[in-house]
Amino acid sequence: MSSEDNTLTWWVNPDGVETQKVLAEQCSEGKPYDIDVQQLPTDATQQRVQLARRLAADDSTIDLMNIDPPFMSELANAGYLAEVPDELAEAATGSDVLQGAADTVTWKDKIYGIPQWANTQLLWYRKSLAEKAGLDMSKPVTWDQVIDAAADNGGTVGVQANKYEAYAIWINQLVEGAGGHIVSDVEKGVDLSIDIDSQAGRDAAAVIQKLAGSKAAQPDLTNSNEGTSLGLMYAGAGEFMTNWTFVYANYNGLVGEGEGMISKQDFADLGWARYPQTVEGEESRPPIGGIDIGVGAFSEHKDWAFEVAECVTSPESQTALAVTDGLMPARASVYDNADLKDAYPADLLALFRESIDTGAARPKTPYWSTISGAIQNVWHPPTSVQPDKTPKESASYIRDVLDGKALL
Amino acid sequence: MSTATMTKGASNPPPEGSDRTRAENRLGRKLVAPAVIVMLVVTAYPMLQALYLSLFRYQLTTPDDKAFVGLTNYWTALTDSLFWRDTWNTVLIMVVTVGIELVIGFVFAMVMHRVIFARGVIRTSILIPYGIVTVVSGFTWQFAFSYNNGFLNTWLPFVADDYNWFGGHWSSLFAICISEIWKTTPFMSLLLLAGLAQVPEDMLEAAKVDGATWWQRLWKVILPNMRAAIMVAVLFRALDAYRIFDNIFVMTKGQNNTESASFLTYRQVIEQFQLGAGSALSVLLFLSVLLIAYLLVKLFRVDLAQARQES
Repeated sequence: MSSEDNTLTWWVNPDGVETQKVLAEQCSEGKPYDIDVQQLPTDATQQRVQLARRLAADDSTIDLMNIDPPFMSELANAGYLAEVPDELAEAATGSDVLQGAADTVTWKDKIYGIPQWANTQLLWYRKSLAEKAGLDMSKPVTWDQVIDAAADNGGTVGVQANKYEAYAIWINQLVEGAGGHIVSDVEKGVDLSIDIDSQAGRDAAAVIQKLAGSKAAQPDLTNSNEGTSLGLMYAGAGEFMTNWTFVYANYNGLVGEGEGMISKQDFADLGWARYPQTVEGEESRPPIGGIDIGVGAFSEHKDWAFEVAECVTSPESQTALAVTDGLMPARASVYDNADLKDAYPADLLALFRESIDTGAARPKTPYWSTISGAIQNVWHPPTSVQPDKTPKESASYIRDVLDGKALL
Repeated sequence: MSTATMTKGASNPPPEGSDRTRAENRLGRKLVAPAVIVMLVVTAYPMLQALYLSLFRYQLTTPDDKAFVGLTNYWTALTDSLFWRDTWNTVLIMVVTVGIELVIGFVFAMVMHRVIFARGVIRTSILIPYGIVTVVSGFTWQFAFSYNNGFLNTWLPFVADDYNWFGGHWSSLFAICISEIWKTTPFMSLLLLAGLAQVPEDMLEAAKVDGATWWQRLWKVILPNMRAAIMVAVLFRALDAYRIFDNIFVMTKGQNNTESASFLTYRQVIEQFQLGAGSALSVLLFLSVLLIAYLLVKLFRVDLAQARQES
């Protein structure tokens, strides 16, 4: 162990791992410590399981970790995260940090992480399909319009409706977009108020029901994820798809000739717009994702770890992740960076920034995983969703599960 | 088995004889003591710990909320429709896969037993699936059934090319069962082959001389002589099938109501960190495995000791 005494272990999620390794090297240059980068599982739920199980056992080898925002409150509440020192508060929640991202790192008025990158979803679409459908994409569009436009013109609508966390995100954004919440009064802990059985919940269910029963549904709707909908953008008439920011960098990397590549014309046909509205006229609430860097409560090198956390979340580090991997900055000032402006069209950057700033995060409660699981159980498969039944059923089920009266 | 051994040991008369015999016995006990302690630590301790934990409301990430709740967790589980749905799924998968494996496994065993040419190659190729890690075979079948990069839809004339096997409950269960059957039929046929080898050749010869048809020889000579082997194969596979987890985890992650009882337990303990409710479920899982073993042994009157002696 003694030879490893000056080694910090940094658990990263599998996004932009190569860039993270470069950042680790840069941030440890000339320092008394080395950084060992370890990779977490692909799936968000599995990442949470891996971290929580190790931290529950007081694992001192978790010095730094990449945390998916919805799990921040659970880990902080359990006492697994070291509180961010006051001198780093500016980097975590200062005025330069986009509101959506800054909101994710606090728990009970204390700061437990520093946002490294922020994520959000846009409505990606094929311009030719929208044009054929006569949809004016310069104005906000609703889910209804998008589904009808795709169905009437041989296209599809790509969503994430597999039974996993991203499906709960979709439901959360639909409910928030209709002016409601899944839960509120989260400070009451397990006694929080469950609001999904509301008009907003029924509006959300109506969108899912409509897509599931529409010709615009993709054949694998019930197990679709971020990856499965990607390929359908250029197949047939094309699609509308809600998906994360990485789509642009992903397609850009595929431009070329040969099998699996897409042509320049096809790429030029890729359009983007703000996340669709649940209810016409009511501003949509795009999801907030990304990564916060946390320091383990049991780390033996907390000072070093915070030094590294500051370094890997610096504006330079955020620029590198955005340019190389399409992982968007959590700081407003980085959006003005020249390298970023070279890599992305100006209107896309503005849309990303606006979306992160005005989006709606998932409810901040240590019970989010339980709530999310309970929602997935009742709302999956999407073909079974009924507006007058599903929100009501899920509300009582969430209560039962939280009270230990039902299994999940 | 262990209960039987213990009862047998207890009913033995106390050791009699010289001081020397008693001393030797004491020494014997001292010598095996470390092994007994290790056994207790590795087997009994986790089970007792699970029993203890199952009496609490205890989530790993909210340790302050821990409270003694008695048998509430068991009551919650046993009155929960999710528990019964998953148990029913498990029983269904067990009955279907073991039934089909028994028939196919027997055919394979016959082939392996009777084959004259390329014996080694045929036996090896039949056994290959069993050598593959379950997770790997799960992924293989998942890809095969996939509607966008799988080959099964194009091979099967009565299935649309974009048919999504993992989109519905029954089709997902079908895919899981196929993967399970493909993976473990070789194990079944291996056990049955051992049984076939025990059927006395002279008995078969005698039946032939008496003019029995192939069918009559199968029903009157081969199967009765293999009874113990068949029952052992069914028992082993049934218990194995009841614990099904990996195939479901890989192929559907439990969606479309394809969860098994062990998947439910996994989710409570590992994903939800509900140590109390999860422990209760694992105790119930353990009890149901015991129950199945008991029922099969009673129902088919398998004499395990006899079967073991014969093989």
